[in-house]
Amino acid sequence: MNTARRGSAFIALSTAIVRGFVRDRSSVFFAVIFPLMFLVLFGGIFSDQSQSKVDLIEVGNVSLVDGLPSDARAAFERTFQVTRSDDLADAVDQVRKGDADVAIEMQGDTLVAHYTQTDQVKAAITQGALQAFVDGTNVALSGNPPKFDLQAERVEDDSLKTIQFVTPGLLGWAVAMSASFGAAATLQGWRQSKLLRRLQLAPVSTRTVVAARVAVTVAIALVQMGIFIGLGAAAFGLTLTGSWWMAIPLLVVGTLCFMALGLLAGAITKTTEGAVNAANFMVLPMAFLSGSFFPLDGSPGWLQAVSKALPLRHLNDGMLDVMVRGEGPSAALAPMAILAAFAIVVTLIAARLFTWETS
Amino acid sequence: MGAIEVLDLTMSYGDLRAVDGVSLEVAEGEFVGILGPNGAGKTTTLEIIEGLRKPDSGTARVLGEPVWPRNPKLLPRIGVQLQASSFFERLTAREQIRTFAALYSVPAARADEWLERVGLVDKADSRVEDLSGGQAQRLSIACALVHDPEVVFLDEPTAALDPQARRNLWDLLSGLNDSGRTVVLTTHYMDEAEVLCDRVAIMDAGRILEFDSPAALVRGLDAPARITVGPGQVALEDARSIVGVTEVNEGPDGVVLTTREPAAVVSYLAQHDQLDGVRVQTGTLEDVFLDLTGREYRA
Repeated sequence: MNTARRGSAFIALSTAIVRGFVRDRSSVFFAVIFPLMFLVLFGGIFSDQSQSKVDLIEVGNVSLVDGLPSDARAAFERTFQVTRSDDLADAVDQVRKGDADVAIEMQGDTLVAHYTQTDQVKAAITQGALQAFVDGTNVALSGNPPKFDLQAERVEDDSLKTIQFVTPGLLGWAVAMSASFGAAATLQGWRQSKLLRRLQLAPVSTRTVVAARVAVTVAIALVQMGIFIGLGAAAFGLTLTGSWWMAIPLLVVGTLCFMALGLLAGAITKTTEGAVNAANFMVLPMAFLSGSFFPLDGSPGWLQAVSKALPLRHLNDGMLDVMVRGEGPSAALAPMAILAAFAIVVTLIAARLFTWETS
Repeated sequence: MGAIEVLDLTMSYGDLRAVDGVSLEVAEGEFVGILGPNGAGKTTTLEIIEGLRKPDSGTARVLGEPVWPRNPKLLPRIGVQLQASSFFERLTAREQIRTFAALYSVPAARADEWLERVGLVDKADSRVEDLSGGQAQRLSIACALVHDPEVVFLDEPTAALDPQARRNLWDLLSGLNDSGRTVVLTTHYMDEAEVLCDRVAIMDAGRILEFDSPAALVRGLDAPARITVGPGQVALEDARSIVGVTEVNEGPDGVVLTTREPAAVVSYLAQHDQLDGVRVQTGTLEDVFLDLTGREYRA
């Protein structure tokens, strides 16, 4: 078989697969739109939350707050959105209904805060902040300079926000989905329509057929990456660190790994729907256990151990390292090796389990 | 050298002998049908000859080349249409056949010519999922022929089509071997085999029972012909006295004469000017099947 023919067969097959993909609305939705919805959701929610102030109602004259020096007053207003009221009962009622987070009043020398426990994080921030202002005022009134100082320094780059953490994980999940669904549906669909048989009888090698399918899936993964990074940067302030480009080879190996899982799903099922469901059954729990949706730092040790056995965990970790944690290119090498090993083992198992007959 | 030489193929699925000692020889340019009821082993036999399956024993050669293991030298010279419509999903008819053409290094213009030949120019921009059964089969056949193969295999090309669509497809199929191409098709329709094929292999339970031209198969049947004479043409008594007539019955369309010498009886009727409404029925492939298996033919 000459090179020209192989080339034209490869291009024809790749074109056919791409057309089949972009014309299938549900494939496009699950590969691109669906994960992007999560990106918008997570990026939106968390960036809002980090800026959102505590709604505070000042009832009557609260001398402690009103008497703050101007720099302390500015700090106070960075934390609290202040509104004034003269009706304590109404203010407490607003807090109870969730229209405000806290109502404060002075009872003699005591600052009384009526707060709600509905949002535990805000409740803790409210109490801590108010306590700090009370303590600060006490120190100032004592006339002694404070003995101890606190200097808070963030370890991450200044630009680090939630979007930095969610983008690599969601991208990993998106690629895992489209690669495994694509491989599973193609294997099953082509087996059922006997297109695989038909191609076996055309002068085109198995290598060319597989190469075309792999090339298209890798291209889709890179497009997903482009869209994720583009949208993350444009809309949510995503900033990539030095060796982010190592995410490209990492993503390519990850794509191969999840295509292998898709082949396995296609080999053990009898219908196209069954194959896609089986792939989903593997990928969705894996996404949760691999930190695609939320970090696993606080999870118990056994869960961490399970998570380390999953390929998506290594894909996510590697992408976090090179895309946002500022690690060098070598940080992607170990995850790539693990993903490649997964890909080989799973492909061999899938080849073992594959049969031509569907009945 | 024959186009296809098959010797003593066997193939079992578990306890079932799907193909049980099949031998077959097809000359170049012949149009051959493999006829039999569902489950007779037609598709398995065809898939072994195409090189898709390895037989348990026996050999198959096409154009002098062994078909197993997968023989890349042979593949460009054969065309196949499999039982299912083996299409790339969501491509239009034109994209579909051009994709297959590219696999055989055939230029797109030749692919478009085939679209015209099978009458699908109007449907060129329709997705394959939107084609009717008959249109899909036409496209599938065009995809099998786009590289102008010397031997073409068609597995039940008219299955699941309505009678009108089947007959339309016959027009296309009957010309396929005009240019010296060898055609092998499987079918479970007797009339189809009779109309299209130079020779028919009758298959049942994994074996080929007979392999000959439809006319020779019927002739070999040694079944009597039935001659129906229109009402009022001949009296029952007179009919019995015609030389060669073995049986006379009164049918709904007239008198039915059973004879082994239809020519003599018809010429007798002609001499007596009794030919009005005459109909001669000789045996059919259905009778052949009944004779060979002792069973009525049910597709």
